[in-house]
Amino acid sequence: MNPLPRLQVESGKVVLAGEWTLAALIPVLPELESGLDIAGLAEHSWDLTGVTRMDSAAAVLLWRAWKERWPGKLEISAVHRRVLERVVVSPLAASADVASSTNLVERIGYLVLLLISNFKGLVVIYGQMLLDLAYLARHPSEMPWREIAANIYKAGAMALPVTALVGFLIGVTISYLSALQLRSFGADVFIVNILGVSIIRELGPVLVAVLVAGRSGSSMTAQIGVMRVTEEIDALSAMGVSRSVRVVLPKLLALTVTMPLLVLWASAMALLGGMASALLQLGIPFAYFIENLQRAVPVANLVIGLGKGLVFGFTIAWVACHFGLRVKPNTESLSANTTTSVVTSITLVILIDAVFAIFTRSIGIPQL
Amino acid sequence: MNAPAPIPVVEMRGLSTLIGDHFVHRNLDFRVEPGQIVGLVGGSGSGKTTLLRQIIGLLHPAAGSVSLFGRDLATAAAREQRAMLRRLGMLFQGGALFSALPVFDNIAFPLRELHCLDEDWIRRLVYLKLAMVELKPEHGKLMPAELSGGMVKRVALARALALEPELLLLDEPTAGLDPDRSRTFAELIRELKGELGLTVIMVTHDLDTLARLATHVAVLAEQRIVEFGPQEKIMAGDHPLVAAFRGGK
Repeated sequence: MNPLPRLQVESGKVVLAGEWTLAALIPVLPELESGLDIAGLAEHSWDLTGVTRMDSAAAVLLWRAWKERWPGKLEISAVHRRVLERVVVSPLAASADVASSTNLVERIGYLVLLLISNFKGLVVIYGQMLLDLAYLARHPSEMPWREIAANIYKAGAMALPVTALVGFLIGVTISYLSALQLRSFGADVFIVNILGVSIIRELGPVLVAVLVAGRSGSSMTAQIGVMRVTEEIDALSAMGVSRSVRVVLPKLLALTVTMPLLVLWASAMALLGGMASALLQLGIPFAYFIENLQRAVPVANLVIGLGKGLVFGFTIAWVACHFGLRVKPNTESLSANTTTSVVTSITLVILIDAVFAIFTRSIGIPQL
Repeated sequence: MNAPAPIPVVEMRGLSTLIGDHFVHRNLDFRVEPGQIVGLVGGSGSGKTTLLRQIIGLLHPAAGSVSLFGRDLATAAAREQRAMLRRLGMLFQGGALFSALPVFDNIAFPLRELHCLDEDWIRRLVYLKLAMVELKPEHGKLMPAELSGGMVKRVALARALALEPELLLLDEPTAGLDPDRSRTFAELIRELKGELGLTVIMVTHDLDTLARLATHVAVLAEQRIVEFGPQEKIMAGDHPLVAAFRGGK
């Protein structure tokens, strides 16, 4: 179909013919390049009148073969000369790569500055939330109820099945493993204490927090991030709608309200799983389990568990909104910030859990 | 010109496009010969961009056929599809630049995908394309988010031109460009057509560009191409859409 690009050297004259376009060059590139290497060495005269078409890729190839000088004698049509001239005048910017620093001190400094700027961003969101709440207390009609309800539905109601499933399975597993140990000591009845305290106080809140960070935290960051990419956040500001009231605040409030409820739900499911496993493994009836649960687990544990849920929920939404607002308008930044958001919120949740453990160490542990 | 008819670059026969449950095109016929510069005009929402998407196979016809370079893209083997798509360049309305890559890498991307050009060659070509759309080499380091609307258009054009396409599809190429830039854009396309026999299909609302550049005009209305012919004839015609277009001058 297309005449292939050809190169012939005849008595000190290099004759090019055919179609010199990128598409036609590719299949025969190795032969042509070696041919041009040889031809380019000597001071030949060049005849390009047989070339039917020439694009800039071919022109660059020729110009390189000519070592960036016009050959002594060149026969070429005006149209193709114009293509070559465009290559000749094209500026070749020095490839000044931005040297990324490998200096250890500089890197540490960079990380510290990053940490400070993240901390500052979090403080700004927190402060803005307090200001917004104060404003909304004076103007209750502007409360974004619809957004809050939508967020509660998405982060709460939609998360019920998965938290129930995970909670139930964890309950079954822990109960089963504990039962194996307890039976060898003849301490079967203590399954109630072990399950009650560990699930209500510790496992329920942390488990739900990890699930919610992965589920709702990531979606919040991604949503705000895409709104940044598509300039929706700017459009809101242009309409005089506060982005913190309409976008950030509903997420913070909704997750803070929803998390304790999810913790309650997941803990209940985990206990149910534990009870089922205890019944099958140790023959402990449900009625006995429930009756003992009230005695073995002081109500303070439930309060601690729900309190943790509250704090974890706020933390996850806080971190998610912060990283969402840090997204720069490109896809790479969106994915990086979503990852950072989830990793940071899970890490923070576990840190806060440790702090809780220290400060509540004397509360709610039954004295035997 | 009655010897063997050249293979049309794009040919659509009885094309219907269905989006949701709404017909965008119904029984549409359209034929573009090599070397034509076709201006596609039509009201907002008349399916001009959708028609371009049909050509490059992003949409599948609900009925009828689309052939590109004489072959049906939908039935071609994967290898052949790639080869066909490499022969065309598309300028998307919003630019569709890769937001995670700087300008230089955006333009170098299709060249690198060929896996047979060395870095020096690619670098020269990228700077050449940048110069062709009147951008400076230092603009190569910018990220797409840092560009103005007109610069996005020009970078997108440079990327569309990177593979030296035979067919160029332009969606609103001059929207966001100032009149001077629109003029140099028209000159660039005309020059490329002279050198390479480029075929162009462009969606445009810019009457100046249409008059300066298009050899043919196609009017898209009522879900089909209602008029198609040489630019002077169509623009002098009395189709209400053309008249409204002209009146806006």
